[in-house]
Amino acid sequence: MNLDIIESILFATIIAGTPLIIVALGQLIAEKSGVLNLGAEGMMAMGAVAGFAVTFHTGNPWLGVLAGMVAGALMSLLFAVVVLTLMGNQVATGLALSIFGGGLSAFVGKPYESEVLEAVPTLRIPLLADIPVIGPSLFNQQPLVYLAWALFGGIVWFLYKSRSGLLLRAVGESPSSAHSIGYPVIRIRYMATLFGGAMAGVGGSFLSVFYTPLWVEGMVAGRGWIAIALVVFATWRPFRVLVGAYLFGGVMVAQFFVQGSGLDINIPSQFLSSLPYLATIIVLVIISRDQNTVRLNAPVSLGQSYRPDA
Amino acid sequence: MTPDQGAENEVRLELNGITKIYPAVIANDDVNLKVRRGEIHAVLGENGAGKSTLMKMIYGVARPDAGEMKWEGEVVHVENPAHARSLGIGMVFQHFSLFETLTVVENVALALPGNIDLRDLSIRISEVSHKYGLPVDPQRLVHALSVGERQRVEIIRCLLQDPKLLIMDEPTSVLTPQAVRKLFDTLRQLAHEGCSILYISHKLDEIQELCHVATVLRNGKVTGDCIPSKETPESMASLMIGKELPVCQHEVPTELGEVRLRLNGLTVVSDDPFGTSLKNIDLEINSGEIFGIAGVSGNGQQELLYALSGEEPLTQNEPIVICGEAAGRKLPDARRALGMGFVPEERLGRGAVPQMSLAENVLLTAHGGGMLNKGMIQFEQMYEFTRRCIDKFDVKCGGEKAAAKSLSGGNLQKFIMGREILQMPKLLVVAQPTWGVDVGAAAFIRQELIDMRNEGTAILVISEELEELFEISDRIAVIAGGKLSPPKKLADTSIDEIGVWMSGMWPDSGKADAKSGERQADA
Repeated sequence: MNLDIIESILFATIIAGTPLIIVALGQLIAEKSGVLNLGAEGMMAMGAVAGFAVTFHTGNPWLGVLAGMVAGALMSLLFAVVVLTLMGNQVATGLALSIFGGGLSAFVGKPYESEVLEAVPTLRIPLLADIPVIGPSLFNQQPLVYLAWALFGGIVWFLYKSRSGLLLRAVGESPSSAHSIGYPVIRIRYMATLFGGAMAGVGGSFLSVFYTPLWVEGMVAGRGWIAIALVVFATWRPFRVLVGAYLFGGVMVAQFFVQGSGLDINIPSQFLSSLPYLATIIVLVIISRDQNTVRLNAPVSLGQSYRPDA
Repeated sequence: MTPDQGAENEVRLELNGITKIYPAVIANDDVNLKVRRGEIHAVLGENGAGKSTLMKMIYGVARPDAGEMKWEGEVVHVENPAHARSLGIGMVFQHFSLFETLTVVENVALALPGNIDLRDLSIRISEVSHKYGLPVDPQRLVHALSVGERQRVEIIRCLLQDPKLLIMDEPTSVLTPQAVRKLFDTLRQLAHEGCSILYISHKLDEIQELCHVATVLRNGKVTGDCIPSKETPESMASLMIGKELPVCQHEVPTELGEVRLRLNGLTVVSDDPFGTSLKNIDLEINSGEIFGIAGVSGNGQQELLYALSGEEPLTQNEPIVICGEAAGRKLPDARRALGMGFVPEERLGRGAVPQMSLAENVLLTAHGGGMLNKGMIQFEQMYEFTRRCIDKFDVKCGGEKAAAKSLSGGNLQKFIMGREILQMPKLLVVAQPTWGVDVGAAAFIRQELIDMRNEGTAILVISEELEELFEISDRIAVIAGGKLSPPKKLADTSIDEIGVWMSGMWPDSGKADAKSGERQADA
């Protein structure tokens, strides 16, 4: 195998992992506050269609990303009102949101189905991009790739270094304790949920504006679900989310490569297509089986409604 | 102890006509209360008398429906706990409000305003913990702390805010006698420095020892104010429960029957990283005796209970023999079939299913008594048994169809005890039989246990309340660091001796390494 192939596989891996990182880190924040939003798939779909439409009309991909962010946040606001204010069941509401988002995005996106956007040029980082092999694949990338890294750094800092992050973890662990020492549990959960939705929207818009770049119904293709699974199997730790996302991206690209290479192998393509999902989950389960880690990192109140008594 | 010329001391907190109405119940009815500077003021009452509700209103967790609260002479409306803290009110909760996966210093930081440098805060924590004799390591994760240490964290968290009023809600329910004495020293030191203390409790002896003044609540109303040192436990009890304190009749056992429970070198390696492994426990309990196991929580009680109940069956049969049959690998239902009854520590979740009705909860463990016919539920028998249990044990509830979670803790405990007792087990394993139960009900439950013993049941009681064990046990042993001390006849030992044993130091203990909470922070 020559270096060019490795370089292009690595390049494609990074891109494939990026939306997952953005969405999963957003979900991680929401889940750390104790809110389980299974609507990521629907929020991504809405982000994708909003991003595509705005970019198509304005020609500005950044306005598209912004539109995706707003669309995702609005979807999660809907979710938050139902589960945080009306005390609806988080699981059922999240599932409904996924289905709703899928349907609504198909409806809104109908006029754009045959349109194509111009590819957004990559952003080359001087010097770093000159490193052989990894330089071009890591540092001559889509701008959102760098944004995902910044997001990762920001979230690690926020969760483990800032007071607000401490508060967020505290709310997720014991909303009743947080309430009894005087913190606005519901407001904190709203903010975390909205952040999760906004990031899901950004992840969706990345798919339709930068990755493909076109709009097709169902183009999110389960990435919202894999992002939710990533957060759980990464035991709510940002670095493991990063590893898991790139692993998923890597296997995804590798199996495409195998399928497209015309190599004479007797493996059904369906099996190859399922490999990224299998590999990611198996690896994360293996690295996360330590009970101690799980207990220390899992938000205890995840998925439970909390009603402060007055 | 007498109040130091209470009359001249300024009134720090004054409650006038505080009333709080919940949908089904009037929690506080026209409550008046005055707390002076440097005063340790007891609020005495049974469970459900409205003590906790009253404290929640002072601390801003709940709002009164009527009445006014004056703080240092001015009328205030406490909006929330942060507001209360800014006034100088601190509270140590009965069920701790700590976050288990965070460190001590992080927990403390969450209760303080503004952005705090955690390193500075660690130093301040160490200083305060030194000054008041409350050793705790700021860097440790809370889940790894003993209950006593957790309480210290809560106290330190309050003290760092220089409180003028400290509310302590049932603080001694989880401490060893020695730790209680230390806590009292700390509280007296605080009061001496001018801090007022509201001390919520239903333990009369403690109030007599510690408090200057007491306000007694019953059914949400103040039934009297008194100076505890001038009262007798009986007179305070009658203010509190409106009648004489029931006394348990405890005769010396005549003769012991056959062995109903035998543990042969029971060893359990805990797979919970924060659990305690059981080490080679030997034990024999005969019919007609109550065997008490004392110990500070977290020293293997949970693991022992899981092993006994069958929730965590062993890999071998031999270490646990129930009524003559090796049962180590048997599951809970099979053990019940051998004649064992079991009352766990957690009422909701293990003792009863919160959302299910009382009758359905009866069915869960008592289905052996004719309530099933070829797998079909016999509703008549089920309701009849439930009503019998409610009547006999005076369970205050909305009938046999009321959800378990709608009962107060004490009533649910009575119900669960009743459910097990009415099945007339040959062996009864009980954890914390009267935890959070009011004095009247506690005495009733203890009497039931003694009566069962007299009828020949073998009873194992695992409790953290030493007084209780001394009231009902025939023999007593201590669990510390997963090891069990040799048993002692009650007449041959004292509360002090057992208290020392609770820190793992009994003769030939080989240093049981107890999680006693007495560890030094800097060790």
